[in-house]
Amino acid sequence: MQKTLKKARWFTIFVVPTLLAFLASFLAPFLMGIYLSFCKFTTVTNARWVGVDNYLRVFTDPGGDFVRALSFTALFTVVSVVTVNLFAFALALLLTRGLRGTNLFRTVFFMPNLIGGIVLGYIWQIIINGVLLGFGVDITFDAKYGFWGLVVLMNWQLIGYMMIIYVAGLQNVPPELIEAAEIDGASGWQTLIHVTLPNVMPSVTICTFLTLTNSFKLFDQNLALTGGAPGKQTAMLALDIYNTFYKRTGWEGVGQAKAVLFFLMVGAIAFIQLRLTRSKEVEN
Amino acid sequence: MNKAKRLAALALALTLAAGAFSGCWNKDDSSSSSGSGSASGGSGKVYFLNFKPEVDGVWQTIAKEYTQKTGVQVKVTTAASGTYEEQLKSEMAKKEAPTIFQVNGPVGYASWADWCADISGSELAGHLREGVGVLGDGEKIYGIPYTVEGYGIIVNTAIMDRYFALEGAKAKSLEEINGFEKLKEVVEDMQAKKAELGIDGVFASTSLLSGEDWRWQTHLANVALAPEFDELGADMTDAKTAPEISFKYSENFKNLFDLYLDNSTIDAKLSGSKTVNDSMAEFALGKCAMVQNGNWGYSQIAGVDGNVVKESDVTFLPLYMGLPGEEDQGLAIGTENFLCVNAQASAEDQKASLDFLNWLFTSDEGRAYVKGELGFIAPFDTFTAEDAPADPLGRAVVEWQNRDGVKNTPWDFTIFPSQTFKDNFGSALLRYAQGSLTWDDLIGSVVADWKTEKANIA
Repeated sequence: MQKTLKKARWFTIFVVPTLLAFLASFLAPFLMGIYLSFCKFTTVTNARWVGVDNYLRVFTDPGGDFVRALSFTALFTVVSVVTVNLFAFALALLLTRGLRGTNLFRTVFFMPNLIGGIVLGYIWQIIINGVLLGFGVDITFDAKYGFWGLVVLMNWQLIGYMMIIYVAGLQNVPPELIEAAEIDGASGWQTLIHVTLPNVMPSVTICTFLTLTNSFKLFDQNLALTGGAPGKQTAMLALDIYNTFYKRTGWEGVGQAKAVLFFLMVGAIAFIQLRLTRSKEVEN
Repeated sequence: MNKAKRLAALALALTLAAGAFSGCWNKDDSSSSSGSGSASGGSGKVYFLNFKPEVDGVWQTIAKEYTQKTGVQVKVTTAASGTYEEQLKSEMAKKEAPTIFQVNGPVGYASWADWCADISGSELAGHLREGVGVLGDGEKIYGIPYTVEGYGIIVNTAIMDRYFALEGAKAKSLEEINGFEKLKEVVEDMQAKKAELGIDGVFASTSLLSGEDWRWQTHLANVALAPEFDELGADMTDAKTAPEISFKYSENFKNLFDLYLDNSTIDAKLSGSKTVNDSMAEFALGKCAMVQNGNWGYSQIAGVDGNVVKESDVTFLPLYMGLPGEEDQGLAIGTENFLCVNAQASAEDQKASLDFLNWLFTSDEGRAYVKGELGFIAPFDTFTAEDAPADPLGRAVVEWQNRDGVKNTPWDFTIFPSQTFKDNFGSALLRYAQGSLTWDDLIGSVVADWKTEKANIA
């Protein structure tokens, strides 16, 4: 009894403020957003119910913006999840070998993560244009420049963070397992695949989750680096939602409907991914 | 001991929370304190959401002075460049919504109609000059313009004079350039002699970076589309007017646009990374002789570090593009800035807002701010010809406005269907400049976009 009371008191002190903030600034706007996706409105206070009309307009829009943004985003997400995790894992392996200056390198690789997305976007725009101008073009010439630009930027920003997670995972692999594998005559590659990797699966789960959702939700970097150019060919979903909401007269509800669909997609993908990678984790 | 610890923890937590929220509290504090002396000045409050970041400081001063004089609380917030609609959308949803805001013509009005009060009975509306376009239906007035602006080709006459003095120059004075053919002849000859003239190109770079392309997809397009609107009999007060266009004068648009691209400081293919600031800086540093922009651009030219252009050396040429009757063509003069009073604000606030605007545009103190520091060419009868702004481009606009036998182009782009239309137009222009889109395809996409975006207006 005493204990539950005590618990209730700590709950009030530590959880209630956060809970209230969560309700007020997340859950309430979220529910309101769902409601607004069925409305026609200019500001959020003068909404008029129009049913599923907005959802139909998402797909009947003659420009096909949403579908194009979706396929671009999907492609980008696949490429960046693979590259970010490969590079991050490779770096983590390298930096857990007790090389000289390991700490310095870890810090250096982590640092891009501390810079905001907009700033990184503009910096990379200058760098990439600087290179492309040598060939008489710039990043707005072709969607593929924008695409690979975004991939490079995403790698630059996320590798360091993922690397730290992998480093933590690698340090927790029991050394006796590796030793045993070595004694049994396993090659370095075999040890990596059959001993190390299964033991860092929890890190893999976290890292793929983070890269997947971050890539899918990318906005600042997209806005700053390409702004969708050329045309809207490099506009990802979040940017497309923003453009629909703010740049077209009478399309606020459609933008909101896109946002709801976006939420459902991110949620579904993240859920499936967690399911899949969790099943590969091993207990030690 | 334990208790003391817990108390300390609680106190710390509260301090943290207080710190986190103090930002919000502070804001309320400042706005209420400036209104604390308002007991004498009636109960209305004024909240103006300003569109022009370059004059934010002036508005703050005006607000302070008005509050000191009358005791009426005036709050001015400025939206960051290019985010006015976003700011307005969120501010309008608040309890303390702006009482004065602006819409950019009939298309903007279409989304804000519920908020625009009829101000035809106000004193200020009575001061509007004859023939000034307002937002309304003939009887009612929902928005009144507060400044008239003009754009054309800004010319550095010092460089032009250098050219006119050259052997074999295609013209001997600026007055001789009174149509596209002459302009093209002169520009191309100047470009060929750019080394002699000490410039990188005749025109500043054509900024086609997304968000920086409004000088072409809005302003230049306006000059080419205005005669078509005339022929269609478009109603400039109706957002849905001209549901379809054929872009009849696209060839003329191309004339001038090609001239910009081909005689520029940079290779046309590199236009996609240039901003308006880049172009204005090139002009200010004397690297080019001409740049298309409006009278608001003067502060930008004067503000560039190392500016070499003298105030007396700046003037305007009309946007000649070979349109029929271009010998009488003037600048593009008009406005897209219409002030509206929030119909959903309380009656006292609406009255206070109208009083504030009236004071600003009719009283001597207010007018001094308008012409001196805001630099507006205000379309009210309380401003005479001597009240023209001090900068050379503002003066040139007033001069063109009053020139005999000149037909200035109105700002008809207020009926362009949406920002999306303009953005698409801009990116098509970029692809044309880069050589990946033919001119015919560009016309096709502009015409198609116009139709879809017009149909979308509620």
